[in-house]
Amino acid sequence: MPTFVYASLCKGCGKCVDICPADNMQYNPKNRKGYNADPISCAECMNCVKYCPEHAVDVRPYSDFAPLGARVGVIRDTKKNIIYWRIVFRDGTVYDFASPIRTTPWGSAKGALDIPERSDLDSELLALEDKPEYLGFPELPRPKQTVRIVGSILKAKQKTGGG
Amino acid sequence: MSLHFPTKIVDTDILVVGGGMAGCGAVFEAKYWCRSKCKVTLVEKANTEKSGAVGMGLSACNLGVFTTDPDDPKPEDFVQYVRNDLLGMVREDLVYDIARHMTSTIKLFDEWGLPIWRDPKTGKYLRTGRWQHPIHGESYKAIIAEPCRKSADEVYERVYVTHPLLDESRPNRIAGVVGFNVRDGTFYVFRAKAVIVAAGGTSLLYRPRSVGEGLGRAWYPTWASGSAYAIPLLAGAETVTMEFRLVVVRFKDAYGPVGFPYLLLKMRSTDVKGKQWEPLPDEAKAELSKIFYDFAWAKPTPTPIRTWVTIQNLKEGRGPDLMQTQERLPDEESLKVLFEDYLDMTPTQAFYWASQNIHPQKTPSELMPTEPYVQASHASPGGMWASGPSDIAPKEYIWGPNRMLTVEGLFGAGDVVGASGHKFSSGSFTEGRIAGKSAARYVLTQAKDYKPTISNDTIERYKEIVYRPLEWYHKNKPLTTTPEMPPQYTNWFEIHPNYLNWYQLLVRLQKTMDEYAAGWGMFYTTNMYLLNRGWELLKMLEEDFRFAAAASLHELLRVWEVYHRLLVGQAVVFSMMNRKESRGYYLNADYPYIDEENWHVFTHVRRDPKTGQWSFRTSPVIHIIPP
Ligand SMILES: Cc1cc2nc3c(=O)[nH]c(=O)nc-3n(C[C@H](O)[C@H](O)[C@H](O)COP(=O)(O)OP(=O)(O)OC[C@H]3O[C@@H](n4cnc5c(N)ncnc54)[C@H](O)[C@@H]3O)c2cc1C
Ligand code: SF4
Ligand code: SF4
Repeated sequence: MPTFVYASLCKGCGKCVDICPADNMQYNPKNRKGYNADPISCAECMNCVKYCPEHAVDVRPYSDFAPLGARVGVIRDTKKNIIYWRIVFRDGTVYDFASPIRTTPWGSAKGALDIPERSDLDSELLALEDKPEYLGFPELPRPKQTVRIVGSILKAKQKTGGG
Repeated sequence: MSLHFPTKIVDTDILVVGGGMAGCGAVFEAKYWCRSKCKVTLVEKANTEKSGAVGMGLSACNLGVFTTDPDDPKPEDFVQYVRNDLLGMVREDLVYDIARHMTSTIKLFDEWGLPIWRDPKTGKYLRTGRWQHPIHGESYKAIIAEPCRKSADEVYERVYVTHPLLDESRPNRIAGVVGFNVRDGTFYVFRAKAVIVAAGGTSLLYRPRSVGEGLGRAWYPTWASGSAYAIPLLAGAETVTMEFRLVVVRFKDAYGPVGFPYLLLKMRSTDVKGKQWEPLPDEAKAELSKIFYDFAWAKPTPTPIRTWVTIQNLKEGRGPDLMQTQERLPDEESLKVLFEDYLDMTPTQAFYWASQNIHPQKTPSELMPTEPYVQASHASPGGMWASGPSDIAPKEYIWGPNRMLTVEGLFGAGDVVGASGHKFSSGSFTEGRIAGKSAARYVLTQAKDYKPTISNDTIERYKEIVYRPLEWYHKNKPLTTTPEMPPQYTNWFEIHPNYLNWYQLLVRLQKTMDEYAAGWGMFYTTNMYLLNRGWELLKMLEEDFRFAAAASLHELLRVWEVYHRLLVGQAVVFSMMNRKESRGYYLNADYPYIDEENWHVFTHVRRDPKTGQWSFRTSPVIHIIPP
């Protein structure tokens, strides 16, 4: 409602609690399992479903417009970097989808300090933009021809007859 | 009870509030220039790996590269496009500034591992339309969070920022923020030389079209709580054009975006009688130009006009508009592209089709304008008023470092910075980078010797304010026989004479905004009577926050989220009350037309942090790119 946890599958690892952007997934210390404590704030973003290592979280799409019967399965494989979806229609039609999610190994992205230092703090150029292949231009663009129109651009157009 | 939570004081040079797209860009760039000379700290209310509007993934970088290559657009072209789309209400310096830095951002994303689609022949990034590159974006946010976390000196997650701290020895100078950890309740005081607010947009401010458990199905995600504007407003910063809001046409109920079907799959939409409305036919443009002047002829048709057409069709009984999906899905491959687009970005859209047996290759799908949102990175100019880049901004738009708001030391980026729409995910990241470098320069030069002055009394006072809803709940709870709910659950319908829970406060806010400030329930129409009355009701709602009650830290988070939304609502209504024309996604029936003569101006509202009084002014729109 919309996501929920199967009691028999949950091992209480807390991954769903950790990832939910809305703070909906909570840990119940009594039965040591995760649960969706605030379903009306749930955006059906599926992060809890994707991150649960036990596949214990499932979604039952919003009851105010979604009739029962459709099913959704998702596996986010961060070793192969592929996300697999299975969508089962209410009428039984099944679609399987798979998309890549990343082209480099996890943990390999360079942070700011991995990029060589520069001294042009006063310039408008950002990190790496001293190289034209990063900037896309030989130098930082400025408007070729600036105008100064205060107020309506439509009126300015009419005056010059421009279109 | 509040005294039982520990206080933790964190000193830093640059504090970034919100680790979404803009926040991640700000951290990365600020650290690049700071190196070991200044400390960069991130505070985020969720888990940066999947937080923010990109948390469920996206299907495109809606702002792509600009280069000298003749095939690629130039920053000037983009300014003209955004200017038309926002019906003239645009800071051209800010828009240009983002476009000229886009290539390096996209190249970084590519190197970090974002799967951007390429043309197999030329190796260039594919484009859908003129500005955007399609991606396989399920892990977009997780990929961007990685270099951000590596760059930050410290990251505080699950800490919700509630209030700004102003310097006590200097007027109009930010000194830090306070907040609390939603898991262990620790009270956080961050002291900083510069604060960059990048806390995203506002959803759930208006009554959503969804009901019951579907309440969370808004297009902008439920966790976008408007802190982006509330924190600067509480510090006394000025907004810009908040009345414009954003109403987008989306697939009905599931709110799947329509850009992909229109741009990549070249679909069209019609009314129920079969008349085409998108792309908008010339005869309709001629008719619309009587209301929207030349804007009706702009290519592509401005988003507010397209939304207006859909609303008009509904009002006149020709709606809902229908996306004729079946005309453009000739094979399995194209159907796959369509489904994958939504699974990457708005999974509910795929569930919706599956649950109602709608096969897009056979049947059209209904479209609907959403409830209004306030956010500055999409097709709307509402947000905070920011200083521009010194090399290209008109002098009227420069009062401090690039992207500094009207409070000294307080910067903004992404959904925060108004009058510069169409930045979307990649442009928000880029604007974060711009603000990050600007703040680093400010901290290393101008603000080098600055030390925040914040007294212990102030810290204790805020601590009391922040935890008051928890105390209030526990103090008053025993007065009735209603049982306590299980941990974290809200008892929606608990009747208590002395308090209101977050859900009750939220629903009152949404009802007021919907009925008085041009929500969907009023067909996006209001008038001066309604606005004045709405303003009074919002004032009373603000007073009622004295009775706000929270049973748990989760509810405490929700209470503060609703309070931030309320402040955004006040800024919207106050702006609407003062703009005496209709421009944007609403109609003021007392002033139903665009008035280019008198109202081609920015509107600004400000809340005095000492007195709580709201004030209004206008400023000229200065265009710098030739028509
Ligand atoms: C359904 C949908 C589809 C979209 N599709 C596309 C697309 O295909 N391409 C594209 O380019 N753009 C798309 N966008 C737009 C894009 O997501 C936004 O423009 C972008 O995310 C804005 O970035 P931001 O950093 O300003 O805000 P966000 O990314 O929302 O980040 C805000 C951050 O601040 C945090 N925060 C908020 N309040 C507080 C607080 N009080 N204390 C601490 N932290 C806080 C939040 O948790 C969040 O991490 C889409 C948006 C939506 C909703
Ligand atoms: S679907 Fe998203 S918002 Fe809903 S509980 Fe799971 S992680 Fe949270
Ligand atoms: S991630 Fe899965 S196993 Fe872990 S607490 Fe959540 S539901 Fe249980």
